[in-house]
Amino acid sequence: MTVVGVCFAILCAALLLAFVRLVKGPTVADRVVALDLLAVISVGVIIIHDVATELPVFLDAAIVLALVGFAGTIAFARYLERRGRS
Amino acid sequence: MTGLASSILLLTGCTFLLLAALGIVRMPDLYIRMSSSSKAVTLGAGCLAVGLALHMNDAGVTTRSILLILLFLLKAPVAAHMLGRSAYLTGLPLWEATTIDEVTARAENPPEPRGEPPATAADPTEIDPPTPPQS
Repeated sequence: MTVVGVCFAILCAALLLAFVRLVKGPTVADRVVALDLLAVISVGVIIIHDVATELPVFLDAAIVLALVGFAGTIAFARYLERRGRS
Repeated sequence: MTGLASSILLLTGCTFLLLAALGIVRMPDLYIRMSSSSKAVTLGAGCLAVGLALHMNDAGVTTRSILLILLFLLKAPVAAHMLGRSAYLTGLPLWEATTIDEVTARAENPPEPRGEPPATAADPTEIDPPTPPQS
C-alpha cells in the first residue's frame, strides 16, 4: 500500500507542475503541450488506481483517454498551423 | 518477486512522469519542453503499464497494457512532430541560446542534389542555385 501512496503523491506533484505550465504558458502551443502531459498523467493516475483497488476495470478508460488526448493534440496542431498561416 | 518488480516499475514510471512535468516547467523553450516531455512520457507510461501487467498477472490486463504501450510508442512522436512543425511554421522563436537551426540553414543554403556528379567550379555563373521550396 505504501508504494501506491508514494505513486499517488508523485503523480499529484506532476499534475501540479503541468498545471503551472498550463496557466503560465506564454503561447497556445505551450498550453497544448501541457494539456497533452495532463492527459498522460491522468492515464498514470488511472493505472495506479487500478493497482490500488485490484480492479482493472478502468484500464479501458485509460486507453480511451490516451487516444482522445492524441486526437486533441493533433487537432490543436492543425488549428495552430492554419491560424498562423492565414 | 513479481510484487517487487511491479513496485519498482510503478515507482519508476511515476518518477519519469514527474520528470516530464518538471521539464515542461523548467525548460526555456517550447521545442526543448516538447523534447523532454515526449520522451519521458513514453518511458513513464510504458513502465506504468508493464508494472500493472506484472501486478495483475492476468491475460486481459496484459493485452490491454501492451496495447497502451504500442499506443504511446506511436502517438508521442507523431504529436510532438506535428506540434513542433506547426509552432515552427507559424514563427515561434527559438531559445536565444540555440545554435543549430537546420531548417533555416537548408532553406538558405541548399545541399547539392544527389545522384549527379559535383559541378565543376570552373564557371560558377552557369550553375543556377536550386530554388528553396515554396511553403
